[in-house]
Amino acid sequence: MKFNHELVSYLEDLSCLALSEDEKATLQSDLEKILNHIQIIDKLDTEGVIPRSHPFDNVNAFREDVVVSSFDRELILKNAPEKNDEMFIVPKTVE
Amino acid sequence: MSALEISAKIKAGELKVVDAVRPCLDALKENRHNAFTPVKTGHEERVLKKAESLQKRIDAGEFVDSPLAGVPIGLKDNVSQINELVTGSSKMLTGYESVFNATIVDKIEQAGMLIVGKLNMDEFAMGSTNETSFYGAVTNPHNNDRVAGGSSGGSAAAVAAKEIPLAIGSDTGGSIRQPSAFCGVVGMKPTYGTVSRYGVLAFASSLDQVGAIASNVSDCSALLSVISGEDKLDSTCVTKKPFCLETIDESANLSGLKVGIPRNFLDVDVLDKEIKESVTAAIETFRTAGAIIEEFEMPLMEYIIPAYYIISCAEGSSNFSKYDGLKYGYRSEKAKTLNEVYRLSRSEGFGMEVKRRIMVGSFVLSSGYYDAYYKKALQARELIKNNYLKLFEKFDVILTPTTPITAYKLKSHQTESEIANVGIMKMYMGDIYTASVNLAGLPAISVPCGVDGEGLPIGLQIIGDSFADEKLLGIAKAYENIAGSVVKA
Repeated sequence: MKFNHELVSYLEDLSCLALSEDEKATLQSDLEKILNHIQIIDKLDTEGVIPRSHPFDNVNAFREDVVVSSFDRELILKNAPEKNDEMFIVPKTVE
Repeated sequence: MSALEISAKIKAGELKVVDAVRPCLDALKENRHNAFTPVKTGHEERVLKKAESLQKRIDAGEFVDSPLAGVPIGLKDNVSQINELVTGSSKMLTGYESVFNATIVDKIEQAGMLIVGKLNMDEFAMGSTNETSFYGAVTNPHNNDRVAGGSSGGSAAAVAAKEIPLAIGSDTGGSIRQPSAFCGVVGMKPTYGTVSRYGVLAFASSLDQVGAIASNVSDCSALLSVISGEDKLDSTCVTKKPFCLETIDESANLSGLKVGIPRNFLDVDVLDKEIKESVTAAIETFRTAGAIIEEFEMPLMEYIIPAYYIISCAEGSSNFSKYDGLKYGYRSEKAKTLNEVYRLSRSEGFGMEVKRRIMVGSFVLSSGYYDAYYKKALQARELIKNNYLKLFEKFDVILTPTTPITAYKLKSHQTESEIANVGIMKMYMGDIYTASVNLAGLPAISVPCGVDGEGLPIGLQIIGDSFADEKLLGIAKAYENIAGSVVKA
């Protein structure tokens, strides 16, 4: 499969990245090689096979749904790049 | 001295916790193999203070039932420890201090163990050479021109260099077993769900498993007995406790054991001749000890790496959406709009391998390609899993090499600045023996089984049936007893 510049830019959007032209060129070639290797999977006969998203059938061990205290706001905000006393600060989103 | 011996001496009053941990702190400071990641100022004093208070508690009779009380341990740099740095060895999380403990950290502390520091890894566990780390590669203690492997490279190297007696690793497609093989130590990825993942930075949640790296099987068993068990904070963590040190049969023998050998695994082009010889000799050791060896053809071999990469990249790209430059971690100074905060922070914060895998993940999950790649990979996973179920109706364990080649030369997958295209597939193919184990959620252990002509360690992988972890450890111990110390540290 061929990876053109357009598809790389589309994936860049989906991945929420901003790649340099050099990175895009590298990734275009890398992705093509990787995808050419993994597309062998297309040859596998999977008719009627149920997709498995978890190693075991019993996925979740649920606990009692009891309200317990979580983290203090101060802790949640501790590592924020920009914050005030009670919230995360981001650039203005509405002009 | 083994970790179990250290603890026994401490409990007998023949060794002080401070004296056990001081050489580890010296090793952290010297960091000869770049196995440790940076620590906060005053770290040494804080750890020594903890050692003193731990000593008092041990002297007062606490931790009598803990096999590892007083033993120093290192954590892979993806394990959250309150008020300590945890970065996933990524620029994205430089300076990030956890505000909570991973469940395994609580368990380690409840067992009276002492955490020395964090261990270098491939960025967010994406890599198999430890060269994708923001902090640079870890060198192999057996040869400084070689990599330690990855992604738990720091964990394996620090144990191999005797800088710490025990380390925590995590394994998504071989990330405990491969560096353990490269560094000549014992590394086990237990059955999926036996050890909590709460507080461990996620790569691919349905494949990630926390495990242990040690210099011998008994130490590895002891650490797994400490960290395993149910966790209300991780719903994928199973409720039973499969690791009980007392029930691991250390006197198990190999007589009558039914051992499967996937013939085609030993015939792949990428397998190094010396590894093949070494693993064949290990199989003979099992046979001589009375095991019943039977060869078989492992079906679906060519689909293992594609299925593994599709699923792990898909889950990784989804998990990594949380790194957005808003709540914690790196934020680009160039960003003027909210969208730029996301995109520029991620682009500047992630390294190239992480970006590459996020892009692959986005691709296989995207409209138009989802069915052809992601869904297909999940179906392949089901077939691989079913195949293992059938195999374990017949066999007690399956033996394979852990890796197709011994430790790579540093930068052998890289050109001037980026990992070369030809190198990517070579690096990914290194997971050929390990990745199917994660797809099926099975336990597997890598034990040293020899060295190549250059003195580089070779690992034997022993794969067990799901939740037969204790049996697997008993078998690994029995092999270790017979094979002896084949790798000189």
